[in-house]
Amino acid sequence: MNIIVCIKQVPETTEVRINPETNTLIRDGVKSIINPFDMYAIEEAVRLKERFTGKVMVITMGPPQAEAALREAISMGCDEAVLISDRAFAGGDTWATANTLSHAIKKIAKEMGGFDLIVCGKQASDGDTAQVGPGISSFLGLPQVTYVKKIEEIKDNKARVERMTEEGFDVLETPLPALITVVKEINEPRIPSLKGMMRAKSAKITAWTAKDIGVEAKDVGLSGSRTTVVNIFTPPHRTGGQKLIGDTAEIVEKLVGLLKADITG
Amino acid sequence: MGIQVINEKCTGCTLCVKSCPFGAITVVNKKAVIDLHKCNLCGACVPACKCKAVFLEKPEAAAQKKDFKDHKGVWVFAEQKKGKVQSVAYELIGKAQELAGKLDTYVGAVLIGNDVDREAQSLICSGADTVYVVESPQLANFLDEPYANVLIKLIKKYKPEVVIAGATFMGRSLVSRVAVNVDCGLTADCTGLDIDPEKKILLQTRPAFGGNIMATIISPNYRPQMATVRHKVFVQPELDKKRKGKVIKEVFSLEELGSRTTLLDVVEEVENLVNLAEADIIVSGGRGLQAPENFKLIRELAEVLGAAVGSSRACVDAGWIPYSHQVGQTGRTVAPKVYIACGISGQIQHLVGMQSSKVIVAINKDPDAPIFKVATYGIVGDLFEIVPALTKKFKQVLRK
Repeated sequence: MNIIVCIKQVPETTEVRINPETNTLIRDGVKSIINPFDMYAIEEAVRLKERFTGKVMVITMGPPQAEAALREAISMGCDEAVLISDRAFAGGDTWATANTLSHAIKKIAKEMGGFDLIVCGKQASDGDTAQVGPGISSFLGLPQVTYVKKIEEIKDNKARVERMTEEGFDVLETPLPALITVVKEINEPRIPSLKGMMRAKSAKITAWTAKDIGVEAKDVGLSGSRTTVVNIFTPPHRTGGQKLIGDTAEIVEKLVGLLKADITG
Repeated sequence: MGIQVINEKCTGCTLCVKSCPFGAITVVNKKAVIDLHKCNLCGACVPACKCKAVFLEKPEAAAQKKDFKDHKGVWVFAEQKKGKVQSVAYELIGKAQELAGKLDTYVGAVLIGNDVDREAQSLICSGADTVYVVESPQLANFLDEPYANVLIKLIKKYKPEVVIAGATFMGRSLVSRVAVNVDCGLTADCTGLDIDPEKKILLQTRPAFGGNIMATIISPNYRPQMATVRHKVFVQPELDKKRKGKVIKEVFSLEELGSRTTLLDVVEEVENLVNLAEADIIVSGGRGLQAPENFKLIRELAEVLGAAVGSSRACVDAGWIPYSHQVGQTGRTVAPKVYIACGISGQIQHLVGMQSSKVIVAINKDPDAPIFKVATYGIVGDLFEIVPALTKKFKQVLRK
């Protein structure tokens, strides 16, 4: 099985704190990590490779330092990595990003002789849109299954998977190649082995620019975006409210009184 | 196109440094310097700068003006399950009426399913002027491809100005695919929608970075303007039984409704009947519960309140409760009217998933727990005493 995993480097959320005086983000010493959902995507792809043999190609669109995310993915068992990086890609919305990644995937497919599966995390922790995965499958005309929590079986070029819903899950069967996005429940990502880390250190990372993947600058990044951010603001800062004190009976009495309108209304 | 610091205006105050989500700005010799390799042109630094020293050139002016006069109507994807339109769709119809009023146009609802036309009238009573009904046994349950094909074809045929859908599993999956196909912008998980009074375009406001910043997004050069909207952001309108509207039935060929992906089974597994996303009240338990069996305290309170049961990541990872209950960064994002956190310390990953709730109650024995920083009402105390007492009291009060 040849599998392509799309990942994103994001700021680590634990580092996001609000300065209560200026009401702005405190980003001192901000650390970049692989988007948490993409860790499950990497793990699932590597597990499938271990079960069925084949190759896992990990790709990311991002600035040059996103190379660190690719190396970490290699340390977890991905075989090859491509960094899709160009100043032209900056500021891209989900349309422009999905367009960029699908051009890169077409090039990979040509060079690898096709692929069986694309795996993405369900969404990135900074943007939270969950739109790039299905966007890629739309650009490539592939079947998609989002929010996959289990791959039950892969047989005869078909995958049987469980897709999370509000009420539980659906069991779906999809022919391959297909694109899936995965949720946390699907697996527990491994800790890279020492061997993996050594391999990651010396691995060759392929770098592609807009020109390499055959996409025009007007169709990527800020200029290719179908949406424009017109205003960014910090929401009204939530401060700790009232502390209820007293013995249990008093506290409960007070709280029930305070909540009654919201609960019955 | 790009971003630059106007050195003459920059005072080196570092406000922009703090605002940058990507750590791309440093102050060198009392002037801000933007590392273009790190900058994502998100624009967070522009309003942060009090001296107007950051200049972000936008491509807006470069794009040619297009004529969208033939695009009319504010459409809602009326998500249905088992033939019943979901509450989020009604919430959106209510909002669509307001938007359509400002645009002087009609409200359309797209109802896709099997044997669902009886639901069309309640969409009309809620505020839809035209309901587009597409029925087929193949559409009984949601599948990405046929649903996308239907919506794409309807959009191309009727040319709506705006299309909104609930930010549900179905809505987010479906419209992401549709937006690329019809070559339009799409904004995820909006918490605010409005119309720019002059330009008559859709203003879409959404949280980013786990709700730490809000962004207003437009898509002026593409139609329809598309967005998904969170549950419970807008109020479900009152039914007006006398309201009249049009029902248009559209017929599709078997080929157009074909799906490479097939549905084998639908499994309902949520142990609690109230679904987290739709719940008005959520009672959540954390590690403070000490053992899985103690979740019964949470369930009892939830039952009395008609609430959904939530959980912190720690309890899910420990196997105390299924993942579908997890609230937070790697779980669900919720914004109920009342969120009661019992024995949850409030790590940032949990807070980003619930801090938009209207009222937050925190019960924790550690007075320094971060959850108290966002709690409307904080109780420092023993949840094993307080939660059962609350359950008892609410039982008495709500019975009356």
